[in-house]
Amino acid sequence: MSLARALTALAAVVAALVLQVTVFPYVAWDGIVPNLVLLVAVAAALTRGPQFAAVLGFVAGVALDLAPPADHVAGRWALALVLVGYLAGRVRQDQNPTTSTVVMTVAGASFIGSSVFALSGMVLGEPGSDVGGVLTVVLVAVLWDVLLTPFVLPPLMGMFRRLEPERVPA
Amino acid sequence: MRLDGGFNRSRERRWRSLQDLDEPRRPSRALLVALVLASVSLITLDSQGGTDSPVEPVRRAVGEVFGPLESGTAAVIRPITAIPGWFRSHDSLRAELSALEAENAGLRSEVASSDFDRNRLAEYDGLTAAADELGYALVPARVVALGPSQAFSRTVTIEAGSEAGIRPDQTVINNDGLVGRVLRTTGTTATVLLIIDTGSTVGGRVGGSMEMGFLKGRGDVGDSGLLDLELVDQAEVPAKHDVVVTWGSNGGAPYVPGVPVGRVTSVFSSLRETSQRAVIEPFVDFGALDLVGVAVPSGTPSDRALIEVDGSLR
Repeated sequence: MSLARALTALAAVVAALVLQVTVFPYVAWDGIVPNLVLLVAVAAALTRGPQFAAVLGFVAGVALDLAPPADHVAGRWALALVLVGYLAGRVRQDQNPTTSTVVMTVAGASFIGSSVFALSGMVLGEPGSDVGGVLTVVLVAVLWDVLLTPFVLPPLMGMFRRLEPERVPA
Repeated sequence: MRLDGGFNRSRERRWRSLQDLDEPRRPSRALLVALVLASVSLITLDSQGGTDSPVEPVRRAVGEVFGPLESGTAAVIRPITAIPGWFRSHDSLRAELSALEAENAGLRSEVASSDFDRNRLAEYDGLTAAADELGYALVPARVVALGPSQAFSRTVTIEAGSEAGIRPDQTVINNDGLVGRVLRTTGTTATVLLIIDTGSTVGGRVGGSMEMGFLKGRGDVGDSGLLDLELVDQAEVPAKHDVVVTWGSNGGAPYVPGVPVGRVTSVFSSLRETSQRAVIEPFVDFGALDLVGVAVPSGTPSDRALIEVDGSLR
């Protein structure tokens, strides 16, 4: 992984994070916004596999934990996105994923990511986590992420694919 | 031959581990375990430390980077987010204006004779002390970023920080009433905990009876963004439409006294807990936060014009 590729991936994460906290609150439903950072991790997983995605997920999660409006215990999004990157990466086959695979992966990843985050909050005894409310938030977030998939995933996956080194066809 | 090659490769792999990240076939369990452990240790570090957490300097450093980015993006998109306002017709705006003027006049007379003020005067709880306590200047700032609901906490970023004279534990208000308090600052931004967060507790006073109590957030925004009021004197029943204001604490941290918070909408009594629980509807519309003011001691050096106690800009 060259420096330039790492920087491009990092830039994607930063852009996603800034858009997620500044632009999307204006279209949010009850404060729930699409998790763009998670979509970046999924795009990385589907094109580059679980290891790259897990590392990217960790970096993105730490950024999400520490960037200004966040006030929860740091490391919770990092844990969630490492798992998301790794699991979504396992879905990847060697050929290009079909549209339905991408959508299903995003839905699953979003569900797992938000749930792991919420569960870690319950384990730590953070306030504001009753099961009904959490489930609503998680499901709306899944819906948001799936809705944004057709607009966000293709360019991101294209970018990650171009970052890939030239492969000699086997 | 085969063994030799395998040995070399495994030796090399240790040094080229970053390139192995691209290897699709055999995802490394060890890497996953390492990353999960890193996350868990980060959680442990931060949850054990509380406010003196070792993660706090890192948080501040990350904030210094992301703060200007968020402020910049918010400034760029502000003209776009204002677009829905243009589509309202002149007539509807006129109608709205007269309705608001009428409402404003009504509110003014209501405020002039509000129970809280009368009680406060009657009690004469040290006018000099009150003047001292209320002697705050306001740092005007715009909200540039909102935390998502998925994080289950209600925080926002404002585009004024320690350079504008803002310190942690200062009160944040807007035109309508109490917004929250400052959690932490960077040079150019500050993170504000909204009073509707489930972790927020505000000391409140019911204007009509001067009874004291504690306001806790429910964690919802929008119409359901309500607060629960639990009174210290459990025999007291707050009346509907009573106004609740902050009672503040010594030195005005974290909340300065006398800031309107909300209005009582309903009262529940719980037989088991033998306490009264009132539901408060906040005056502030947390779904549409924009311009806020941070209460700082009068005369604080700042990088921008402050709104002084007498209403002048300085």
